[in-house]
Amino acid sequence: MEKFDKVHGVAAPMPLINIDTDMIIPKVHLKTIKRSGLGVVLFDEMRYHDDGQENEEFILNKPAYREAEILVAGDNFGCGSSREHAPWAIKDFGIKVVISTSFADIFFNNCFKNGILPIVVEEEHHAILMEDAHKGENARMTVHLEDQQITTSDGVVIEFDVDPHRKHCLLNGLDDIGLTMEKDHHIDKFEDHASQARPWV
Amino acid sequence: MSPKTLYDKIWDAHVAHEADDGTCLLYIDRHLVHEVTSPQAFEGLRMAGRKVRAPEKTIAVPDHNVPTTPDRVNGIENPESRIQVEALDKNAKDFGIHYYPVNDVRQGIVHIVGPEQGWTLPGMTVVCGDSHTATHGAFGALAHGIGTSEVEHVLATQTLIQKKSKNMKVEITGKLQPGVTAKDITLAVIGETGTAGGTGYVIEYCGEAIRNLSMEGRMTVCNMAIEGGARAGLIAPDETTYEYVKGRPHAPKGAQWEAAMDWWKTLYTDEDAHFDKVITLRGEDIAPVVTWGTSPEDVLPITATVPRPEDFEGGKVDAARRSIEYMGLEAGQKLSDVEIDTVFIGSCTNGRIEDLRAAAEILKGKKIKDGLRAMVVPGSGLVRAQAEEEGLADIFKEAGFEWRLAGCSMCLAMNPDQLQPGERCAATSNRNFEGRQGRGGRTHLLSPAMAAAAAITGRLTDVRELM
Repeated sequence: MEKFDKVHGVAAPMPLINIDTDMIIPKVHLKTIKRSGLGVVLFDEMRYHDDGQENEEFILNKPAYREAEILVAGDNFGCGSSREHAPWAIKDFGIKVVISTSFADIFFNNCFKNGILPIVVEEEHHAILMEDAHKGENARMTVHLEDQQITTSDGVVIEFDVDPHRKHCLLNGLDDIGLTMEKDHHIDKFEDHASQARPWV
Repeated sequence: MSPKTLYDKIWDAHVAHEADDGTCLLYIDRHLVHEVTSPQAFEGLRMAGRKVRAPEKTIAVPDHNVPTTPDRVNGIENPESRIQVEALDKNAKDFGIHYYPVNDVRQGIVHIVGPEQGWTLPGMTVVCGDSHTATHGAFGALAHGIGTSEVEHVLATQTLIQKKSKNMKVEITGKLQPGVTAKDITLAVIGETGTAGGTGYVIEYCGEAIRNLSMEGRMTVCNMAIEGGARAGLIAPDETTYEYVKGRPHAPKGAQWEAAMDWWKTLYTDEDAHFDKVITLRGEDIAPVVTWGTSPEDVLPITATVPRPEDFEGGKVDAARRSIEYMGLEAGQKLSDVEIDTVFIGSCTNGRIEDLRAAAEILKGKKIKDGLRAMVVPGSGLVRAQAEEEGLADIFKEAGFEWRLAGCSMCLAMNPDQLQPGERCAATSNRNFEGRQGRGGRTHLLSPAMAAAAAITGRLTDVRELM
């Protein structure tokens, strides 16, 4: 996985709450057997009209936000289906950071597995960031993972929490499976023990 | 020893390694796999030259993409769907995992097949690349959905990297009123907590009304724990559970059964165990409910009216306005006046035999409203066969329902079963999101009995009027 360090880019505002993974990527695009190329259908039903033309009103279609790398979203972002196609599409579009007051659990986990940093902030900080995101392409935010800081275009600094293990993996681009396989002997030991204690499993 | 919750007990029994910061490797007893969220995971294994660590604990079945019309025996017409199902056929064979192919009578929705075949047992950890894995919590198994990267992780290591969630208790006291079902309980709870109310928690459902539910009803309740944002839902096992499990193809037998029972009987929350959050609803207060909006939290008794956006606070005001517009409703409109075009009975929430019985009970000797489209999609081939044996299929067919083969079908509309833009559906499934059942489609979630009532009158209907 690519290493994650610092993002300095345009932040797009999406204040709608409860944006679910069906909105992020509708099921018609889940039939792929690949991980790549889904950016073009990110937010498909909001982004395109029925005839396939772009909806000019949709935030990521506006000239200022077409290159957005950060998304400032409403509460409970990523709820619903577990489809990892949602973070795949977000990443493929070029968004590397999603900021909200809360995320659905599975989506939140899926982000870290794909080099996307989901950041939970307090409501008052969220309001500041949402306002900043509304300023368009000249207002660029900076997200610094090592320092755990977001800096708005006006220089306001907001600190955020991140799980130390996940931070380490993102910063170093580490693959979870490889890390877990280093603990193989613990898994062997557990299996030996469990097959005695619960042989019916 | 300090008192433990049911969640604490199952968690503790499955920690293979704990790091200093509390990050654990949780051992997984059952890994269920379907065709949509697994191809990239198997591909990842191949690229890295890895094997499936525990193929004997890995069970695959195609469900999301499969057509439910009788002609599917001739193959899947949609090329993309066919490729995904064929990829699962091949992956199951190459990696040596248990498999129920599309034309096996045991095929069905993964969350119905797992329990039906006895793969899901009390005290287990169960995962699947599907958010409705919460269903298996009905057995007192810790079960939750995972993403495709985690599917690959479990295939390769039989573990998941996890941190422990908080404990929430949801107690439903007393008895349910006639016409009120497990679906109404689970929707009413989400109405209470909101779709993010459970985020960061594992819910244990308890109380007299939960105890009185069958396994089918308990699965319906746990299935929608995820719609409340919870990682998992749990119900402690009891005689109802053991009765359901006993004799299933993969359930333990003989001395193993006795040993299993000894452990299963320890799987309950100790008195005075700590819950971080407690919610209590009175069973008597729960009415038959329907959803009016595009989030499962948008739920009201069938006797209510469509709310006004300004009745809400914060971001919900705009969300409610958008929902009401999308749904083509008007604030103040009586829910029981809302006319529907389609009825869908099925899904991992309500595609089990008891659900079909409840709907058939209302439909017996009646016809669906003229011009309505109505379909029943049994949750598995075995549910379908049983319903035919019990005469339920005839009731549905005589009423005017289509009688389909098993699959996820119109719950997520990945197969040809889809709503047209503006088409309004009374559905026993689990999500009323925008476009969920087809682009522009409008979904009202309700119980199987309520769906049957709506099919007869052609509008959302209080089932108690037809009982």
